[in-house]
Amino acid sequence: MTDLIKALEAEDRGFPELAPGDTVRVHLRIVEGNRERIQVFHGMVIRLRKGGNDANFTVRRIASHGVGVERTFLLRSPRIEKIEIMRRAKVRRAQLYYMRGRQGKSARLKERRV
Amino acid sequence: MKGIIGKKVGMTQVFGEDGQVVPVTVIQAGPCYVTQIRSEEKDGYKAVQLGFEELPPKRNGDSRLTKPKRGHLKRGGMDLPDLRYLREFRVRELDVEEGQVLRADIFETGDRVDVVGTSKGRGFAGTVKRHGFNRQPKTHGQSDRERAPGSIGATSTPGRVMKGTRMAGRMGGDRVTVQNLEVVVVDAEKNLLAVRGSVPGARGGVLLVKQSRKGRR
Repeated sequence: MTDLIKALEAEDRGFPELAPGDTVRVHLRIVEGNRERIQVFHGMVIRLRKGGNDANFTVRRIASHGVGVERTFLLRSPRIEKIEIMRRAKVRRAQLYYMRGRQGKSARLKERRV
Repeated sequence: MKGIIGKKVGMTQVFGEDGQVVPVTVIQAGPCYVTQIRSEEKDGYKAVQLGFEELPPKRNGDSRLTKPKRGHLKRGGMDLPDLRYLREFRVRELDVEEGQVLRADIFETGDRVDVVGTSKGRGFAGTVKRHGFNRQPKTHGQSDRERAPGSIGATSTPGRVMKGTRMAGRMGGDRVTVQNLEVVVVDAEKNLLAVRGSVPGARGGVLLVKQSRKGRR
Protein backbone atom coordinates (compact mmCIF):
# COMPACT_ATOMS: atom_id res chain seq x y z
CA MET A 1 0.00 0.00 0.00
CA THR A 2 2.66 2.52 0.98
CA ASP A 3 4.61 1.58 -2.12
CA LEU A 4 1.69 2.78 -4.17
CA ILE A 5 1.79 6.15 -2.45
CA LYS A 6 5.50 6.39 -3.03
CA ALA A 7 4.88 5.97 -6.74
CA LEU A 8 3.21 9.36 -6.82
CA GLU A 9 5.79 11.22 -4.83
CA ALA A 10 8.00 13.92 -6.18
CA GLU A 11 11.60 13.02 -6.86
CA ASP A 12 14.43 13.70 -4.52
CA ARG A 13 15.68 17.13 -5.49
CA GLY A 14 19.30 16.13 -5.14
CA PHE A 15 20.02 18.68 -2.44
CA PRO A 16 22.98 18.01 -0.16
CA GLU A 17 22.12 15.80 2.80
CA LEU A 18 21.07 18.13 5.61
CA ALA A 19 21.56 17.51 9.30
CA PRO A 20 20.52 19.41 12.42
CA GLY A 21 23.10 22.02 13.29
CA ASP A 22 23.98 22.83 9.71
CA THR A 23 24.16 26.48 8.81
CA VAL A 24 22.53 26.81 5.42
CA ARG A 25 21.52 29.27 2.76
CA VAL A 26 18.15 28.35 1.26
CA HIS A 27 17.49 29.91 -2.12
CA LEU A 28 13.77 30.34 -2.59
CA ARG A 29 11.90 31.12 -5.75
CA ILE A 30 9.40 33.88 -5.03
CA VAL A 31 6.73 34.76 -7.56
CA GLU A 32 5.39 38.30 -7.39
CA GLY A 33 2.75 38.83 -10.04
CA ASN A 34 4.57 37.68 -13.13
CA ARG A 35 8.00 38.54 -11.85
CA GLU A 36 10.11 35.84 -10.31
CA ARG A 37 13.02 36.41 -8.00
CA ILE A 38 15.25 34.48 -5.66
CA GLN A 39 15.27 35.13 -1.94
CA VAL A 40 17.86 33.68 0.37
CA PHE A 41 17.10 32.56 3.91
CA HIS A 42 20.25 32.08 5.93
CA GLY A 43 20.27 30.28 9.24
CA MET A 44 20.73 27.08 11.18
CA VAL A 45 18.79 23.87 10.66
CA ILE A 46 17.17 23.10 14.01
CA ARG A 47 14.84 20.36 12.87
CA LEU A 48 14.70 17.85 10.04
CA ARG A 49 11.73 15.60 9.45
CA LYS A 50 11.86 12.89 6.84
CA GLY A 51 8.92 11.26 5.14
CA GLY A 52 8.65 11.38 1.40
CA ASN A 53 6.71 14.35 0.09
CA ASP A 54 6.09 15.59 3.60
CA ALA A 55 9.78 15.85 4.45
CA ASN A 56 10.58 19.27 5.84
CA PHE A 57 13.20 21.18 7.75
CA THR A 58 13.17 24.27 9.93
CA VAL A 59 15.78 26.99 9.68
CA ARG A 60 16.32 29.50 12.46
CA ARG A 61 18.00 32.83 11.96
CA ILE A 62 18.42 35.91 14.10
CA ALA A 63 16.88 38.89 12.34
CA SER A 64 17.42 42.54 13.25
CA HIS A 65 17.07 43.56 16.91
CA GLY A 66 17.96 40.03 17.94
CA VAL A 67 14.56 38.64 17.01
CA GLY A 68 14.65 34.96 16.19
CA VAL A 69 12.89 33.95 12.98
CA GLU A 70 12.15 30.34 12.11
CA ARG A 71 10.93 29.15 8.78
CA THR A 72 9.96 25.64 7.76
CA PHE A 73 10.53 24.45 4.21
CA LEU A 74 9.29 21.38 2.41
CA LEU A 75 12.37 19.51 1.32
CA ARG A 76 10.95 18.47 -2.04
CA SER A 77 9.20 21.70 -2.86
CA PRO A 78 9.86 23.00 -6.36
CA ARG A 79 9.95 26.47 -4.82
CA ILE A 80 13.37 25.75 -3.37
CA GLU A 81 15.97 26.62 -5.95
CA LYS A 82 19.10 25.56 -4.13
CA ILE A 83 20.42 24.77 -0.66
CA GLU A 84 23.99 25.59 0.30
CA ILE A 85 25.59 24.23 3.42
CA MET A 86 27.93 26.83 4.87
CA ARG A 87 29.01 25.10 8.07
CA ARG A 88 28.22 21.93 9.94
CA ALA A 89 28.17 21.66 13.70
CA LYS A 90 28.63 18.90 16.20
CA VAL A 91 25.31 18.31 17.90
CA ARG A 92 23.98 15.51 20.05
CA ARG A 93 20.30 16.05 19.54
CA ALA A 94 17.93 15.67 16.60
CA GLN A 95 15.88 18.75 17.43
CA LEU A 96 17.82 21.79 18.49
CA TYR A 97 15.00 23.58 20.27
CA TYR A 98 17.42 24.59 22.99
CA MET A 99 18.81 27.14 20.54
CA ARG A 100 15.63 29.15 20.98
CA GLY A 101 16.52 30.33 24.43
CA ARG A 102 20.03 31.31 23.46
CA GLN A 103 21.75 34.22 21.84
CA GLY A 104 25.25 35.55 21.43
CA LYS A 105 28.03 33.39 22.86
CA SER A 106 25.81 30.65 24.20
CA ALA A 107 24.29 30.16 20.77
CA ARG A 108 27.59 28.96 19.31
CA LEU A 109 28.04 25.35 18.31
CA LYS A 110 31.26 23.48 17.82
CA GLU A 111 32.11 23.01 14.17
CA ARG A 112 32.20 19.57 12.65
CA ARG A 113 34.78 19.15 9.94
CA VAL A 114 33.66 16.84 7.18
CA MET B 1 -18.90 5.44 -19.21
CA LYS B 2 -16.89 7.22 -16.57
CA GLY B 3 -16.92 5.10 -13.47
CA ILE B 4 -14.55 2.67 -11.84
CA ILE B 5 -14.20 0.60 -8.69
CA GLY B 6 -11.14 1.19 -6.56
CA LYS B 7 -9.54 0.85 -3.19
CA LYS B 8 -8.39 3.62 -0.90
CA VAL B 9 -4.63 3.49 -0.57
CA GLY B 10 -4.08 6.46 1.72
CA MET B 11 -3.43 10.15 1.79
CA THR B 12 -0.38 12.20 0.96
CA GLN B 13 0.41 15.58 -0.51
CA VAL B 14 1.73 16.49 -3.92
CA PHE B 15 3.15 19.67 -5.37
CA GLY B 16 1.05 21.70 -7.80
CA GLU B 17 2.22 23.82 -10.70
CA ASP B 18 3.53 26.79 -8.72
CA GLY B 19 4.86 24.54 -6.01
CA GLN B 20 1.77 24.85 -3.84
CA VAL B 21 0.93 21.79 -1.81
CA VAL B 22 -2.21 19.82 -2.69
CA PRO B 23 -3.61 17.27 -0.20
CA VAL B 24 -4.66 14.15 -2.07
CA THR B 25 -6.13 10.71 -1.50
CA VAL B 26 -4.53 7.96 -3.54
CA ILE B 27 -6.93 5.41 -5.01
CA GLN B 28 -5.99 2.11 -6.62
CA ALA B 29 -8.56 2.32 -9.42
CA GLY B 30 -9.13 -0.69 -11.61
CA PRO B 31 -8.49 -2.52 -13.77
CA CYS B 32 -12.20 -3.27 -13.88
CA TYR B 33 -14.04 -5.63 -16.22
CA VAL B 34 -17.47 -4.92 -17.61
CA THR B 35 -19.33 -7.96 -16.34
CA GLN B 36 -22.85 -7.15 -17.44
CA ILE B 37 -24.90 -4.55 -19.26
CA ARG B 38 -28.30 -3.67 -17.88
CA SER B 39 -30.49 -2.36 -20.65
CA GLU B 40 -33.79 -0.56 -20.76
CA GLU B 41 -35.41 -3.36 -22.77
CA LYS B 42 -34.24 -6.22 -20.62
CA ASP B 43 -33.91 -4.82 -17.14
CA GLY B 44 -35.96 -1.63 -17.21
CA TYR B 45 -32.96 0.61 -16.51
CA LYS B 46 -29.58 1.38 -17.95
CA ALA B 47 -26.51 0.46 -15.97
CA VAL B 48 -23.11 -1.14 -16.29
CA GLN B 49 -21.94 -3.81 -13.88
CA LEU B 50 -18.22 -3.71 -13.21
CA GLY B 51 -16.01 -6.26 -11.49
CA PHE B 52 -12.84 -5.42 -9.62
CA GLU B 53 -9.89 -7.19 -8.05
CA GLU B 54 -8.86 -10.55 -9.40
CA LEU B 55 -8.98 -13.35 -6.88
CA PRO B 56 -6.15 -15.84 -6.89
CA PRO B 57 -7.31 -19.48 -6.91
CA LYS B 58 -7.16 -21.57 -3.75
CA ARG B 59 -4.03 -23.59 -3.10
CA ASN B 60 -5.61 -26.67 -4.58
CA GLY B 61 -6.37 -24.74 -7.74
CA ASP B 62 -10.10 -24.34 -7.13
CA SER B 63 -11.84 -21.06 -7.68
CA ARG B 64 -12.73 -19.04 -4.60
CA LEU B 65 -16.06 -18.11 -6.11
CA THR B 66 -19.23 -20.11 -5.95
CA LYS B 67 -20.24 -21.83 -9.16
CA PRO B 68 -23.10 -19.39 -9.89
CA LYS B 69 -20.73 -16.46 -9.54
CA ARG B 70 -18.13 -18.21 -11.69
CA GLY B 71 -20.79 -18.89 -14.29
CA HIS B 72 -21.81 -15.24 -14.25
CA LEU B 73 -18.28 -14.30 -15.28
CA LYS B 74 -18.00 -17.09 -17.83
CA ARG B 75 -20.93 -16.99 -20.15
CA GLY B 76 -21.52 -16.30 -23.81
CA GLY B 77 -18.13 -15.74 -25.36
CA MET B 78 -16.87 -14.10 -22.19
CA ASP B 79 -14.34 -15.68 -19.84
CA LEU B 80 -13.34 -13.25 -17.09
CA PRO B 81 -11.03 -13.98 -14.17
CA ASP B 82 -12.52 -14.41 -10.69
CA LEU B 83 -13.47 -11.00 -9.37
CA ARG B 84 -13.97 -10.08 -5.74
CA TYR B 85 -16.32 -7.12 -6.13
CA LEU B 86 -19.20 -6.54 -8.52
CA ARG B 87 -20.89 -3.13 -8.53
CA GLU B 88 -23.39 -1.43 -10.80
CA PHE B 89 -23.11 2.08 -12.18
CA ARG B 90 -26.21 3.80 -13.54
CA VAL B 91 -25.43 5.40 -16.89
CA ARG B 92 -27.25 7.45 -19.48
CA GLU B 93 -25.59 5.85 -22.44
CA LEU B 94 -24.38 2.30 -22.82
CA ASP B 95 -21.08 2.92 -24.54
CA VAL B 96 -19.22 -0.18 -23.34
CA GLU B 97 -19.39 -3.89 -24.09
CA GLU B 98 -19.40 -6.89 -21.84
CA GLY B 99 -15.88 -8.14 -21.22
CA GLN B 100 -14.29 -4.76 -21.83
CA VAL B 101 -11.54 -3.59 -19.44
CA LEU B 102 -11.63 -0.17 -17.81
CA ARG B 103 -8.50 1.39 -16.38
CA ALA B 104 -7.68 4.46 -14.36
CA ASP B 105 -6.95 6.34 -17.59
CA ILE B 106 -10.65 6.80 -18.34
CA PHE B 107 -10.17 9.86 -16.12
CA GLU B 108 -7.97 12.83 -16.88
CA THR B 109 -6.38 15.32 -14.55
CA GLY B 110 -8.81 18.14 -13.90
CA ASP B 111 -11.89 15.91 -14.12
CA ARG B 112 -14.46 16.25 -11.38
CA VAL B 113 -15.55 13.02 -9.72
CA ASP B 114 -17.88 11.81 -6.98
CA VAL B 115 -16.43 9.15 -4.70
CA VAL B 116 -18.65 6.68 -2.83
CA GLY B 117 -17.34 4.72 0.12
CA THR B 118 -18.31 3.22 3.45
CA SER B 119 -17.45 5.48 6.36
CA LYS B 120 -15.38 4.17 9.25
CA GLY B 121 -17.47 2.39 11.87
CA ARG B 122 -17.52 4.22 15.17
CA GLY B 123 -19.51 1.65 17.14
CA PHE B 124 -22.05 2.77 19.72
CA ALA B 125 -21.34 6.48 19.88
CA GLY B 126 -22.76 9.10 22.22
CA THR B 127 -24.66 12.21 21.22
CA VAL B 128 -21.61 14.47 21.37
CA LYS B 129 -19.74 12.50 18.72
CA ARG B 130 -22.76 11.31 16.77
CA HIS B 131 -24.86 14.45 16.56
CA GLY B 132 -22.48 17.19 17.58
CA PHE B 133 -24.28 17.98 20.85
CA ASN B 134 -22.51 20.39 23.18
CA ARG B 135 -20.83 19.17 26.28
CA GLN B 136 -22.19 20.18 29.68
CA PRO B 137 -20.08 22.07 32.22
CA LYS B 138 -17.24 20.19 33.85
CA THR B 139 -17.39 22.38 36.96
CA HIS B 140 -19.95 24.24 39.08
CA GLY B 141 -20.81 21.22 41.20
CA GLN B 142 -21.32 19.08 38.12
CA SER B 143 -20.29 15.47 38.12
CA ASP B 144 -20.50 12.67 35.56
CA ARG B 145 -22.70 14.64 33.16
CA GLU B 146 -20.19 16.17 30.78
CA ARG B 147 -21.26 14.22 27.73
CA ALA B 148 -24.86 13.46 28.72
CA PRO B 149 -27.51 14.44 26.16
CA GLY B 150 -29.59 16.57 28.55
CA SER B 151 -33.35 16.62 28.30
CA ILE B 152 -34.93 14.40 25.67
CA GLY B 153 -38.46 15.79 26.02
CA ALA B 154 -41.09 17.52 28.14
CA THR B 155 -43.13 16.05 31.01
CA SER B 156 -46.68 14.65 30.97
CA THR B 157 -47.51 16.64 27.84
CA PRO B 158 -46.81 14.81 25.57
CA GLY B 159 -45.72 12.14 28.05
CA ARG B 160 -43.47 10.43 25.55
CA VAL B 161 -40.27 11.00 23.67
CA MET B 162 -40.71 12.42 20.18
CA LYS B 163 -39.91 10.14 17.29
CA GLY B 164 -36.59 10.87 15.69
CA THR B 165 -35.08 12.42 18.82
CA ARG B 166 -31.35 12.28 18.40
CA MET B 167 -29.76 9.89 20.83
CA ALA B 168 -26.72 7.68 21.18
CA GLY B 169 -26.40 4.69 18.88
CA ARG B 170 -24.47 3.05 16.09
CA MET B 171 -22.44 5.49 14.08
CA GLY B 172 -20.44 5.14 10.90
CA GLY B 173 -20.34 2.27 8.46
CA ASP B 174 -22.71 4.21 6.22
CA ARG B 175 -22.53 4.68 2.50
CA VAL B 176 -21.15 8.16 2.01
CA THR B 177 -20.66 10.10 -1.21
CA VAL B 178 -18.23 12.96 -1.50
CA GLN B 179 -19.07 15.09 -4.50
CA ASN B 180 -17.03 17.15 -6.90
CA LEU B 181 -13.47 16.11 -6.09
CA GLU B 182 -10.78 17.15 -8.52
CA VAL B 183 -8.62 14.46 -10.11
CA VAL B 184 -5.06 15.62 -9.53
CA VAL B 185 -2.97 12.69 -10.75
CA VAL B 186 -3.70 9.83 -13.13
CA ASP B 187 -1.14 7.05 -13.35
CA ALA B 188 -2.31 4.79 -16.15
CA GLU B 189 0.54 2.36 -15.71
CA LYS B 190 -0.09 1.59 -12.06
CA ASN B 191 -3.83 2.29 -12.25
CA LEU B 192 -3.64 4.98 -9.63
CA LEU B 193 -5.78 8.05 -9.19
CA ALA B 194 -5.17 10.88 -6.76
CA VAL B 195 -8.11 13.11 -5.93
CA ARG B 196 -7.95 16.36 -4.03
CA GLY B 197 -9.14 16.06 -0.46
CA SER B 198 -10.37 13.20 1.64
CA VAL B 199 -12.55 10.24 0.83
CA PRO B 200 -14.81 8.17 3.12
CA GLY B 201 -13.66 4.98 4.80
CA ALA B 202 -10.54 3.32 6.03
CA ARG B 203 -7.49 2.51 3.95
CA GLY B 204 -8.17 -0.55 1.86
CA GLY B 205 -11.89 0.26 1.70
CA VAL B 206 -13.77 -0.20 -1.55
CA LEU B 207 -14.61 3.00 -3.40
CA LEU B 208 -16.73 3.83 -6.40
CA VAL B 209 -15.35 6.68 -8.46
CA LYS B 210 -17.68 8.23 -10.99
CA GLN B 211 -18.07 11.34 -13.01
CA SER B 212 -19.39 14.13 -10.82
CA ARG B 213 -23.08 14.94 -10.88
CA LYS B 214 -22.26 18.57 -10.39
CA GLY B 215 -21.25 20.47 -13.48
CA ARG B 216 -22.61 17.73 -15.71
CA ARG B 217 -25.46 18.57 -18.02
